[in-house]
Order: sequence, then structure tokens, then C-alpha cells
Amino acid sequence: MLLNTVWFALVAVLFVGFFFLEGFDYGVGMLLPFLAKEDDQRRAVINAIGPVWDGNEVWMITAGGAIFAAFPQWYATLFSGFYLALFLMLVALILRGVGFEFRSKVESPGWRSFWDWMIFLGSFLPALLWGVAVANLVRGVPIGPDMNYRGSFLTLLNPFGLLGGLAAVTVFLFHGANFLGLKLEEPLADRARAAARLWAPIAGILAILFVLGAAGYGLFGRQGGVAARFFALLAALGLLGGWYARVRGRDGAAFWATGLGVVFAVAMVFSGLYPNVMPSSLDPTYSLTVVNAAASPYTLRVMTWVAAIFTPLVLLYQGWTYWVFRDRVRVGSGGGY
Amino acid sequence: MSLFNPLDANYSYYEVMSMEALGLARFQFASTTTYHFFFVPLTLGLSILVALLETAYVRTGDERYRKLARFYGHLFMINFALGVVTGLVQEFQFGMNWSGYARFMGDIFGVPLAIEALLAFFLESTFLGLWFFTWERVPKGLHALFIWLVAIGSNLSALWILIANSFMQHPVGYRLEQGRALLASFPAIFLNPHVWLQFPHTLFAALATAGFFVAAVAAWHLLRDHRTELFLPALRLGLASALAGSLLVIVIGHFQADFIVRHQPMKFAAMEAIWDDLPEPAPWTLAAAIDEKAMRNTFEIRLPGVLSLLAHAPAREDGKRVFPGIKSLDRRYQKTYGPGRYVPPVKLTYWSFRIMVFSGLLMLLLSAWGVVLWARRRLAAARGFLVALLWAVLLPYLANTTGWWTAEFGRQPWMVQGLLTIEQGLTPTSVVPASLVWLSAVGFTLLYLVLGVIDVWLLVRFAKADPDAEAEAAPAY
Ligand code: HDD
Ligand code: HEM
Ligand code: HEM
Repeated sequence: MLLNTVWFALVAVLFVGFFFLEGFDYGVGMLLPFLAKEDDQRRAVINAIGPVWDGNEVWMITAGGAIFAAFPQWYATLFSGFYLALFLMLVALILRGVGFEFRSKVESPGWRSFWDWMIFLGSFLPALLWGVAVANLVRGVPIGPDMNYRGSFLTLLNPFGLLGGLAAVTVFLFHGANFLGLKLEEPLADRARAAARLWAPIAGILAILFVLGAAGYGLFGRQGGVAARFFALLAALGLLGGWYARVRGRDGAAFWATGLGVVFAVAMVFSGLYPNVMPSSLDPTYSLTVVNAAASPYTLRVMTWVAAIFTPLVLLYQGWTYWVFRDRVRVGSGGGY
Repeated sequence: MSLFNPLDANYSYYEVMSMEALGLARFQFASTTTYHFFFVPLTLGLSILVALLETAYVRTGDERYRKLARFYGHLFMINFALGVVTGLVQEFQFGMNWSGYARFMGDIFGVPLAIEALLAFFLESTFLGLWFFTWERVPKGLHALFIWLVAIGSNLSALWILIANSFMQHPVGYRLEQGRALLASFPAIFLNPHVWLQFPHTLFAALATAGFFVAAVAAWHLLRDHRTELFLPALRLGLASALAGSLLVIVIGHFQADFIVRHQPMKFAAMEAIWDDLPEPAPWTLAAAIDEKAMRNTFEIRLPGVLSLLAHAPAREDGKRVFPGIKSLDRRYQKTYGPGRYVPPVKLTYWSFRIMVFSGLLMLLLSAWGVVLWARRRLAAARGFLVALLWAVLLPYLANTTGWWTAEFGRQPWMVQGLLTIEQGLTPTSVVPASLVWLSAVGFTLLYLVLGVIDVWLLVRFAKADPDAEAEAAPAY
């Protein structure tokens, strides 16, 4: 039982890493066609995440793998139930991934602008769909007694789900703009800062509405409710702090503050769900929990050893990568930077 | 929780599932995975060859090796992009289309999958980003270390995914409880003997693939007397890798066949289209006209005794060594597992295996011929051979694809050998109806076709570029 909780926390940590890192990646991708018009500038925007986006995406792959290993029933129900959403997300992510690789390979402006828009789409759709998915986890989805999903894609597109999607999109825009404010030089950096100031209040309002809605669906009423309230407060402080730092022109502080906002928002959702992993809206006893969805104790033990040894290593070398690429990206510096 | 007992023949739970969704899901898995594996072997092998080139540069200071490493590194990136995006689909498909499988097998299957991501994908993606963006920005030795870490990461990812696949082919270290397979021993699934045949076979196949790829690109330039000082060494590296890879892949292939006779005798019988028990010394058929309905071959070209070289028939109780035929195996399985038909698609398995083996032999001949020319210092002048190399690059791709088809179609109807059939693995159609699978199957196929065309076009374009011009003309993004 302890290990079940540990693994729930570890999955949460993987999602925290994913949303923190891909959060600004998606934001950058969504801002790309609007911030920069000339080719050199667009390339600088992309190069700001160029060396790291794939490593960031692996956080999502690892989160998926960890769910499969530690909570196979959750993996089975979630991925088959959210089929269409995942299909759309995969198509979007495929277009985004090849977009990065393909765009520069041909000189024609039409070609480049096409792939830039694919990068936009490939960032916008996953951000939206992840928001929708998380909101529906909070709200509860129709799960039957056999652990199978009983709804359709449209079931997911309820108002609260859409609110979650829009909240994710705008928070990531804010986060990504702060990242670019930190990573680019003038005049691009200034445009990014302006974008951050534009999106900050919208993201803030949607985030508050989301938390209110989540409270309505009982996110703060389960075992982890107290922690979830605390994290909600910290998340609000993070976003607010990001806004304040942005207005005061502090690039570093603004980025880290929105980052913490994202981190605590994810922590809020996961602690609020506990001990459920996927609450059923049909009958609470049908919910998938950290107990009935889990792998065997032996598997959890094996995976705990693996995670304990290798997660710190990954953090170390990924952190080091960001240090290597700590300089601002200059426009027109050619090649890889 | 009402799950099924996989060893019980009356899966009422599954009777509701329509065959249409099953067929579509199978088509989707087969096509997307085959497609993923167009890109994977080149990633596995080329990462090693590029790392060798860059190491040569670090040790000798010879600029030519740096240029080659950059040049082939660029082709590596173009190929890698598609490997990554198609891999994403793989990761999610197990849950989307095969939730029955995920529920039954997750306790075991999720372990190598998660370890693959944590150990291999992070390593590979992080250091590839570093490598690609830090030419001339970090010390030479450190930069070479980056590409070595990419190579290690890619090949580790192959190891862990093959551990997962090996369990499906040859389950070990598990126990059944409440209709689920649970992990009983982690060391056992890691030490599964199937892994230690499949992984080296795949690894050497990848080296052969990359070898032929490097050689074909070099041959194109040499045929135009273009940058001979660069592409002659590249050709030699390619040929060496192609020869070593082809030779070793064939040697290990023999041991694999030998393993399969013992552990997946039905697959072996299908690979060889053996309908009736066949006593040693057995002939190998070069070709056969197979009638799957009548369960017999209407025509065969036999090489006497050769099958007994490839594999050793298991001994029966009466002491005779006999390759069991499909018919008797089917009867035996019906007794063990209940009524049903346990025969894989024989024609497909038989011809897939033949094509792999013929390609492999041809690859061995070609690369050996090349090495002879090299020893005689006649490589650059051997026009005919260079032209042959241009086309030979298709052979490893053919062998890789048909090799997997042998392994995977030969395993039918089992999803996990002896434990779970594919019908049982499918997501219930109440959750994912056929219409949705239609959408995703058609969607992925179309998308993959378009991207494949673009990718090959880009590869060819950049393979033909001048290594010096190319570094300037092709910015990172
Ligand atoms: C360049 C690629 C290549 C070449 C030249 C060969 N193979 Fe292969 N083969 C593969 C690439 C491959 C593969 C794609 O890597 C497979 C698929 C599954 C696996 O283990 O490796 C495979 C599978 C595979 C299997 C099925 C394993 C299973 O069912 O688990 C057998 C028996 C052989 N091979 C045997 C051979 C023999 C006797 C060859 C002699 C010429 C040969 N292979 C050449
Ligand atoms: C990359 C090389 C691979 C190729 C080309 C390949 C090919 C195939 C093909 C052709 C099928 C369809 C068989 C049928 O429906 O009749 C299949 C099925 C399947 N394979 Fe593989 N496979 C590969 C690797 C793997 C690996 C590494 C795994 C597991 C880790 C795996 C798991 C499966 C599963 C779950 C199915 C679906 C169920 C089934 O049809 O048995 N495959 N594969
Ligand atoms: C069917 C099961 C498979 C799954 C679930 C799977 C999953 C994945 C995923 C998620 C990626 C993207 C990683 C990233 O973003 O960096 C990927 C790429 C990769 N996969 Fe697969 N894969 C499968 C089959 C295979 C097989 C059979 C091999 C090798 C024998 C393999 C080797 C690789 C390698 C080396 C990469 C790196 C990128 C590239 O290949 O170009 N995969 N795979």
C-alpha cells in the first residue's frame, strides 16, 4: 500500500516534469508564427527549444510507461477510453516533431511557413487536449464496474473539460512567453514579454475558474484534500508572482514563478485525486484507485529500485543541458545556434 | 473484477467483440510498427558508425573524419525524426487498441517499457540535442562522448523493447493469478534466452543496415568522382560494418531457428511450411507452392539435408528426431488449449522467412566482394560494384521487415505465446468501436505515407549534397 502511494507520487512527479518542460515548449510553439515573422527570427525562436524539446517530450513517454508499469488498469482504461483525444494528440505531436526537423531543410518560404503552422498546431492541440483530459479526470468520467470507459469523445467535451483545455493553453502561453523573454535577445525578447503580459491575466482568470470548478467536483474533499488546497494556493501565488515579476521586468523570476505555478497546479490535481487515479462519475465504487488499478507489489518494488537509481541521473544530465544552453539565442547565428 | 481465464476456452466476455475491429486493430499495429522499424535499424547502426567517425577525428585530428561525421550525422537526424514520432504511436497503442492485453500483461510488460523510457529515451534524446547543437562549442572529446551516449541510449532502447517482445514470444518469470500474468522474477525476464538471441540479431542487422546505407551514399559520390578523399574511407567503413553485420546476423539467425524449433514449434513449422511430421535428415525447401486450405504444398524445390543444418529437430519419446508438422501441432494445441485453430498464416510466414534469408545471403556476398576489392585497392574503379551498392541498400530494409513479419505473424494466433490470444487482447468494442479504429488506421496510414515520401526525398537530397556546402546550407532548424 505504501508503494502504491509512492508510485502515485512518482507518476505525479513525471507529470509535473512534463507539464513544466513541455509547458513552455508548447507555449513557444504556439507563439512561433505570431512573435516572429522573418525566417531568421523564427529560427531563433525554435532554436530556443531546439536542443531540448525531444528530451522534454520523453517526460510524457516516461509518464505513460510508468502508468503502464505501476497501474496497468489505469493505463488500459485511460488510453482506450480517451481514444479519439489521443489519436488527435498523436497526429499533432507527429506533425510537430517532423516540423522541427523538416522546416529548415528546404529554402522555400511556403514550405517553411507550412511547417511553422504545423508546429503551432502540434503545440496547441496537445496543450488543449491535455487540459481537457486532466479536467475530466478531476470531474470524473463514466467508468463501469468492469473498469471500462462508458462514454464517447463528446463526453469529454463538457464545459468544465473545455475550461480545463483553455486554462492549459493560456497558462502555457504565459509560461512559454516568459521562457522566450529569458532566452531571446531584443527585439524578439520584448515581443515575448509583451505576449506574457497579454496572456497573464487571461491565464489567471481561467485558472481561478478551473479551481472553483474543481472544488465543485470534490477535488478538495478526498483524502488528499488538505494538500490539494495548499497546492492550489501555491499555484495561484506562482501565477500571480509570474505576472508581478513580468510587469517589473524580471525575466528569470517571471519564468520560475510561472513554472512553479504549473508545478503546483499539477500537484494540486494529483493530491486531490488521491486515492483515486480515475474517479468514476457513475458510482464512486467503480473508481480506479491506487489499489485496484495497481501492479503487483513485486513489480512496484522492482520499479521503485529502478526509479530511485535512474531518476536522479536523468535530472542531473537534463539539468546540465539547460546549463550548457544557458545563453540567449541570437538571431541569425546560423546553424544550431 | 471479472476478468477472463486465458486458459479457458469459453471466453463469453469476448464473444461480443466484432471481428472487424480486430482486423483493423491488427492492420494498424502491423503497419505502424513495421513503419517504425523502417527508421529504427538505421538509428541503431548509424549512431555507432557516426560515433566511430567522430572518434577517429578526435584521435587523429584528420578533418575528413569530422566532415564525414557531420555529413552522416545530418542524415541520421532526418531519419531519427521519423523514428521518434512513429515511436510515440507505438507507446500509446497498447492501451488504445489492446487494453485487454494491457490489463492482462501490464504487470510484466509495463516494466521494460517504463525502463526503456527512463534509461534509454532520456539518454538518447538529451544527448542528441547536445551533440547536434554543440559542434565547435565544447571540447572535441566531450562532443564525441555525446554521440557515444546517443548510440548507447538507442541500443539500450532496443534491448528493453526486445525484452518486452521476447516475453510475448517466450514467456518466462511469470505466474498467473486471477486471469492476469504477474511478474514473478525480474532477473528471469531480463535473462530470457530469447532476448539474448533477438537482441544481438537485431543489433547486427542494424549494423548491416547502416553499413549498406553509408556505403550506398559513398558509392553515389564515388561514381561521380566527387570528393573521393572523403567517400573512399566512408565506403570502407560501410563495407566493414556491412560484412561484419551480415555475417553475425546469419550466425545468430541459425541459433534463433534452433531455439524456435524447441519453443515455438508452430512458428517454425510455418516458417518452413512443414504440414506433416518431418524426420531428420530433413530437406530445406528453396521455394514451395503452399495451399493453406488443403494444408499441403503442391510443389517444392528441395535441398536435401539442409534443414537439419539450420536447426536440430527435437527428439521424440521413441528416440527419433522429427520436425513436428503443423497438423499434429494443431491437434496437440487443441488438446492443451481447447478448441480453436492454432495455425498462423503459413504462406506469409514462409515467404517472409525466405526473403529475409535470401536477402541476408546476398548481403553477405556483396559485402564480402566489396572487401575483396578493397584488399586489392580496386574499390574506386569498380563501377559495376558501386552501382550494385546503390541498390543493395534496399536489401537490409527488406530483411528487417520480413524478419519481423516472420517473428510476429508466426506467433499468431497468440498475442502472448500460450497465454493470451489476440482476440483476448483487443479493447472491447463497447469502448472503442470499429468506426474509431477505422479512423485511426486510415489516419495514421495516410499521414505515414506522406511523411515517408518527404523523409526519403530529404534523405536523398542531403545524401547527394556536398559535405562542405551542406553544413552551411542546412541550418539546424
Ligand atoms: C538485416 C537484417 C536481417 C538479416 C540479413 C537476417 N535477419 Fe533474421 N531477423 C531480422 C533481421 C535480419 C530482424 C528484423 O532483426 C528480426 C525480427 C525479430 C528479430 O529477432 O530479429 C529477425 C528475425 C529472425 C528470426 C525469427 C526470430 C523470432 O521469431 O523470434 C529468425 C529465425 C531469423 N531472423 C533467422 C535469420 C537467418 C537464418 C538469417 C540468414 C540469412 C537472417 N535471419 C538474416
Ligand atoms: C519493430 C519491429 C516490429 C515489427 C515490424 C512487428 C510487426 C508486427 C506485425 C506484422 C504484427 C501483426 C500480426 C498480426 O496481426 O497478424 C504485430 C503484432 C503485434 N506486435 Fe509486433 N512487431 C515489432 C515489434 C514488436 C515489439 C517490440 C513488440 C512488443 C514490445 C510488439 C508487440 C506486438 C503486439 C502487441 C502486436 C499485436 C497483437 C498481435 O497481432 O499479436 N511488436 N507486430
Ligand atoms: C512495438 C513496440 C515499440 C514501442 C512501444 C516503441 C516506442 C518508441 C518511442 C516512444 C520512441 C520515441 C522516443 C523519443 O521520443 O525519443 C521510439 C523510438 C525508438 N525506438 Fe521504438 N518502439 C517500439 C519498437 C521498437 C523496436 C522493436 C526497436 C528496436 C529494436 C525500437 C527502437 C527504437 C529506437 C532506437 C528509437 C529512437 C528513435 C529512432 O528509432 O529513430 N523500437 N520508440
